[in-house]
Amino acid sequence: MNTFFARASRHVGFQVGAVLLLLFVGTALVSLLWTPHPIDALNMRIKLTPSSPSYLLGTDHLGRDVLSRIMVGAQTSITVGLIAVAIGLTLGVALGAWAAARGGWVDEALSRTSDLIFAFPAVLIAILITSVLGASAQNAILAIAIFNIPVFARVTRGAALAMWSRDFVRAATAMGQGPVGITLRHVLPNIASVLIVQATIQFAVAILAEAGLSYLGLGAQPPVPSWGRMLRDAQTYIFQAPELAVWPGLAIALAVLGLNMLGDGLRDLLDPRLRLLRVG
Amino acid sequence: MDSLSRRHLFGAAGTLMGALATLSVLGADALISEARAQGPAKDRLVIGISLEPPVLDPTKNAAAAIREVTTPSIYESLGRIDRNGAIGPGLAESWSISEDGKEYLFKLRPGVTFHNGEPFDASMVKFSLDRLFAADSTNPAKSLYTDIDKVEIVDPATVKVTLKSPNSFLLYSLSLGDAAIMTPKTAPTNDKSPVGTGPFVFKERKEGDSITLEKSPTYRDPGSIKLNTVIFKIVKDPSAQVNALLAGDIDAFPGFQAPELVERLKKDPRFAVVIGTTEGEVILATNNGKKPFNDLKVRQAIAHAINREELISAESGYGVPIGSHFAPHNKAYVDLTKTYPFDIAKAKALLAEAGYPNGFEATLKLPPVGYAQRAGEVMANQLGKIGIKIAISSLQWPQWLSEVFKERNYDLTIVAHTEANDLDRYARDGYYWGYDSPEFKAKWREVLAATDFTKRDELLKEAQRIVSRDAVNGFLFQLAKIGVWKKDLVGLWENSPTPQVDLTGVYWK
Repeated sequence: MNTFFARASRHVGFQVGAVLLLLFVGTALVSLLWTPHPIDALNMRIKLTPSSPSYLLGTDHLGRDVLSRIMVGAQTSITVGLIAVAIGLTLGVALGAWAAARGGWVDEALSRTSDLIFAFPAVLIAILITSVLGASAQNAILAIAIFNIPVFARVTRGAALAMWSRDFVRAATAMGQGPVGITLRHVLPNIASVLIVQATIQFAVAILAEAGLSYLGLGAQPPVPSWGRMLRDAQTYIFQAPELAVWPGLAIALAVLGLNMLGDGLRDLLDPRLRLLRVG
Repeated sequence: MDSLSRRHLFGAAGTLMGALATLSVLGADALISEARAQGPAKDRLVIGISLEPPVLDPTKNAAAAIREVTTPSIYESLGRIDRNGAIGPGLAESWSISEDGKEYLFKLRPGVTFHNGEPFDASMVKFSLDRLFAADSTNPAKSLYTDIDKVEIVDPATVKVTLKSPNSFLLYSLSLGDAAIMTPKTAPTNDKSPVGTGPFVFKERKEGDSITLEKSPTYRDPGSIKLNTVIFKIVKDPSAQVNALLAGDIDAFPGFQAPELVERLKKDPRFAVVIGTTEGEVILATNNGKKPFNDLKVRQAIAHAINREELISAESGYGVPIGSHFAPHNKAYVDLTKTYPFDIAKAKALLAEAGYPNGFEATLKLPPVGYAQRAGEVMANQLGKIGIKIAISSLQWPQWLSEVFKERNYDLTIVAHTEANDLDRYARDGYYWGYDSPEFKAKWREVLAATDFTKRDELLKEAQRIVSRDAVNGFLFQLAKIGVWKKDLVGLWENSPTPQVDLTGVYWK
């Protein structure tokens, strides 16, 4: 662990990513307790005003404080991202580990199914699901979770298969341990680093997907603030208040960038094999 | 493998967002070059419309876009609605009504030919009117015509229509596109290749893009038509509509629906921005058949909670407050916006009296239109102030039509009723509001029976008062008609008493 921190202190990308993530999570936490203005206080007299000391990022088309809504929007992003990734991770890892342990037709069926899902652009699947089930934050979470499952299943299967061919796992098999025991005791702990890296990156993907769905009106429903929705609303006022589109756009970009840098950094720091590959 | 799949997913999301963001810019460039290549034309008009007509036959489908394109340019009816909403002669030159209001004698216009060369006479009128009220009629406005008992041909230029009971809106109904006069030969195919008697003939349709009409060589008064080619171009996205206008690809947008973008066009000296009135009442439609909205006190509380000033401000100021289901430009309009004035304390007190001192939860299902989305967010906020906690859910049109309109599975929704004289909906059984008032139904029968229009206007005012007093729906505002067109284009309607684009008097200066 000491070497992890030692290496982390030299990895600039990881540090930048960590700072951005802290900022992102910190904003969401602060907004739970305090925002400069109530997020749904309409005030038509001050709609579309530019930045001012009392409204740092100005007001939107209904006279609401943009900064407050960006802050609470971080909550929406994190909630949707976390739950979607958690569902995807749980089911995906279970399926992937099963496929690797069982092999045969289970493996074949799971691999082909995930191929099938990958063949569709993820956003299209999400749009399909939300338009059938109705637009809401829950359905957006469901849609994003569904395309997360095969991602995690694949990564887990690949990494777990490599583990199953290792000598210590073979030894455990020879000693009579069952597949479930081996998976829990030997395989999963050894592929945890790969999963952590993947989860970080999928979190970024989920945030982007949520923003995309909300932008299309299929994500979180108003008046719940969501960055994608704010972009959508801002678009129609682009001639009057172009900066309205900048703030949520910037928030999405920074959150996604931070998580990606963090994910890449984690990969470098946690997975010696990949690091060697890159050097070599 | 993981980095591959990651790129894949990012690619999809990123491309989508990027494409949407750059669409307007690229679109504008392409349109500019196209417009330059074509140069100015004084007999050609490109009209922008935001919704595509599903078919080109107004007797088969209720979509307003069909009427915009086809009535009265391709099809004509017996009467004709003018720019003020008054009824003048159309294919009928004149008419007389019997004393008891049950017999209408129409004198038909001579010298009229259909686009396919067939001469127009009474047999086509009988054919077209018989289809309206027949038992197997699929006309979207069938209920307007079910008072008709029979249609008889008196001579080739005269038709007699007999009613079961008087209907003071009959002339109006017979002037709508729904009652377009067609010939039996082409009626089955009119949805794809429309044939009528109007001043323009259908030339071609490019699905999803445009519909082209040309001046009819057989029109009875060809000299009065100044345009040779009219193209209806479908542009759905409001930003793209602005770009198309700025680029010169579109000459006129009579029904521009993005008030927040109008400021940009007002600054441009090439365009006239004309603000008029429409028949579109935007209402907070309320499910009167469902608890707690079946309680008058709850509906009154909602009415007191509505701040129309704020709602209209969210529409960038375009809209006129209404207090009942009636258009302010109408002669029979009575201002009822003060029936339940904005008063939060009163609203809360009424809710408490109704047994909801802490309010309740309700859903607000919104159709995918700008005014509903904007008003929805404001409305949720206003109702929140009296303790009604609103959950918004946005639906697509087909979902809205089935869930809200057909199955009546909703609490509240926001929608504009754009038909003229649509107060009769409050007398209908099984309509989606679930309003059932014997008092209103009786009043409406009186309205229908009144052949004297002064008396009918008085009765209409009383009918408005009943609907307003019962707070059937939340009455928000009347949609404004925002027309944008080139300054040297003359003759387009400034108001929209009915969803038509009348091109007969339109010309370039």
